[in-house]
Amino acid sequence: MDLTIVWFGIITFLFIGYFVLDGFDFGVGMSLPFLGKDDTDRRVIINTIGPIWDLNETWLIVAGASMFAAFPEWYATLFSGFYLALLLILLSLILRGVSFEYRHQRPEASWKRRFDAMIVVGSAVPAFLWGVAFGNIVRGVPLDAGFNYTGSFFDLLNPYALLAGVTTLLLFFTHGTLFVSLKTDGELQQRARRLATRSGILTIVVAAAFLLWTTLAYGSFWSAVLSLVAAITLISAVLANARGREGWAFGAMAATVAFAVLSLFLSLFPDVMPASNDPANSLTIANASSSAYTLQVMTWVALVALPLILAYQGWTYWVFRKRVTRAHIEGAQAAH
Amino acid sequence: MNEWLDPLLLSRWQFGLTTVYHFLFVPITIGMALTVALFQTAWVRTDKEKYLQLTKFFGKLFLINFAMGVVTGIVQEFQFGMNWSDYSRFVGDVFGAPLAMEGLLAFFFEATFIGLWIFGWDKLPRGLHLATIWATAVGSVLSAYFIIAANAFMQNPVGYDINEAKGRAELTDIWALLTNKVALAAFPHTIFACFMVAAGLIVTVAAWHLSRNQHLDTMRPALKFGLWMMMIAGALTVLSGDSLGLAMVQTQPMKMAAAEAMYTTSTGADASFSIFTLGTPDGSSELFSIRIPYLLSFLSTHTFDGTVEGINDLQAQYVQLYGPGDYTPTIWVTYWAFRWMIALGVLHVFTAFVGLVLTRKKSALGARLFSGRWSRWIWKAAIWSFPLSLGAMIMGWVFTEMGRQPWLVFGLLKTADGVSPNVSGLEVLISLIAFTLIYGTLAVVEFKLIKKAAQKGPDDLPEPHPETGVRRQETTVY
Repeated sequence: MDLTIVWFGIITFLFIGYFVLDGFDFGVGMSLPFLGKDDTDRRVIINTIGPIWDLNETWLIVAGASMFAAFPEWYATLFSGFYLALLLILLSLILRGVSFEYRHQRPEASWKRRFDAMIVVGSAVPAFLWGVAFGNIVRGVPLDAGFNYTGSFFDLLNPYALLAGVTTLLLFFTHGTLFVSLKTDGELQQRARRLATRSGILTIVVAAAFLLWTTLAYGSFWSAVLSLVAAITLISAVLANARGREGWAFGAMAATVAFAVLSLFLSLFPDVMPASNDPANSLTIANASSSAYTLQVMTWVALVALPLILAYQGWTYWVFRKRVTRAHIEGAQAAH
Repeated sequence: MNEWLDPLLLSRWQFGLTTVYHFLFVPITIGMALTVALFQTAWVRTDKEKYLQLTKFFGKLFLINFAMGVVTGIVQEFQFGMNWSDYSRFVGDVFGAPLAMEGLLAFFFEATFIGLWIFGWDKLPRGLHLATIWATAVGSVLSAYFIIAANAFMQNPVGYDINEAKGRAELTDIWALLTNKVALAAFPHTIFACFMVAAGLIVTVAAWHLSRNQHLDTMRPALKFGLWMMMIAGALTVLSGDSLGLAMVQTQPMKMAAAEAMYTTSTGADASFSIFTLGTPDGSSELFSIRIPYLLSFLSTHTFDGTVEGINDLQAQYVQLYGPGDYTPTIWVTYWAFRWMIALGVLHVFTAFVGLVLTRKKSALGARLFSGRWSRWIWKAAIWSFPLSLGAMIMGWVFTEMGRQPWLVFGLLKTADGVSPNVSGLEVLISLIAFTLIYGTLAVVEFKLIKKAAQKGPDDLPEPHPETGVRRQETTVY
């Protein structure tokens, strides 16, 4: 089997992992002002992702590094081309990450408010910009013969990509509120459920428009099928949530994110970065990839590592499976 | 184009700034993970309260720092593609592999188990919980290996072939890449230096409390432990630095010549090591210097009659090999960074040695000094251990990376040829300013928080349960 296809699959898998996992982190962060009525509530919300946000974010690092190793041209074109967009994502991720850590270090309300605001911004900006970035990848961007992006930052802000950004923003927002409803109890859980229903309906409308546009303009047969599946799981998630089945709702939402990402990657295949100006300049899995030897070595590494990663991360989620309650927060000492 | 908007210059500043900044947190993470694991092991084995207090206390300092290490690390991973896309295209086939291995084999591991450790106190059995901090420590060290192997390729490229058609380096032997002799020498040097930095932090904190005569039951053993770790890790850093020096002379003779600002090839006694030099800024002529004969010969070849090549000869050789150009690093940077690294490192080991002598139970000198008027100054000196060790570490990296210039990958790709051709100077200026502002602000916040937590000292432990006698396992939350 052609290893470039295997690595296209592994990178797809890593981005699915990243968006499914950090996606709900973004949503949880964005939901703070909507769901957190007091400081204890806000701490409950943050603590639903306390032990896991870091490992969820690590999926991005591994996805990026794997892209570097398996498709260096793709990595180089994407990261240099989307320079300012990625800078904004990086700065947001920095602010979000330190805010989780710093927020509880001092008791003053003003101190906490500042970091709450940074968590919201640091979650919303990447949730939106990742959509914009992947929208542009699917749509194609101008590339020269050396595969260098020739457009500007503002060329990335076209209607299709902006719609993609709004879609991921809403998708992750709903994903996060469903996670809060899965991981909390009482009053807060009910609020999260109601919010998820409302944002879920909005998400269905926007996502339907986006998936339709993608399918008509850039899709293949299989990406269309997957878009349809994503639409069905999205509706199922909203329905399950309305009926108070938060486990099913969250699972269906995770599947929605996974199928949507899969659909985007399949609509790309076998390109990895189509050139909008001249198809001859497109990066494909063939001309962007590393040598056969490097791919072979990396395949062995991935074969050993991926099952282990899934096992110990699954175990982590199992250890922290309990709901976070107000009593739990009030009775505990702050981490550090 | 305005020279201030030169994307190459700005990208170099940005990479230097963000990398040095990232590496303020890395050694603390690597060193403190081990230290905390040792304290926790001592607690699990002896059940003594003071070890649990130390675990929690230094664990707290470790964690305030950990988040910064993580978030600034993502910048490093992205920056190769963002600012150095031509470099990424040229070496991705080789250089990407150890980076991806780091992610898949080490970093995931570290990130997962640190979460389990922080929040798992009340959720995991004691032994298993102890295992999670050891897993974090192992993950962080493994992680460092892959990164150093990647860096070693830039210093001494091995295990590759140049594919002329594609215009890039391609991996031909992963084993050769991972056992690069520069990596094998740089890894222990870096890791021991990380332990040294962590030890410095412990000594600084313990000495601060002891000088105020507080938290004696925990800070006394902490000081003792810190001093021993400082001494051992410091000595091992010096020894491994020696073997790294040998590898460097064999692979990058220009770097050694630049470290010494030595323009002419010298043998034996002439191959002297200068402790201090006053001269022209580029080091091409000197007014005054203090020199130790033979030392450079010994450092470079482990013999007293060895020959060490000078900058002028090497420059001429490189012009023949690689074509016209300037192959000399910025001499005043390499010269002084090398000296400060050694001076601070040696001072660090010396501090540890004096500290150990003075804190011996039977030391009459120690007893006299600590009760006399000198005591204040001894504690002051001990409190400087941490900045000293961190300074040595930074100087080491500045030396080794600036000494690599003008090459990005030694002999294969120049730094000027690696920069992203399509990223404008303005864009890099924007990102450089943004990083500087955010990193600067966070540094202030971070320093204040760590200082506050360190000065607060270890918390008292909750009382054991009256009936079962079991101490309430604390629940940890943000």
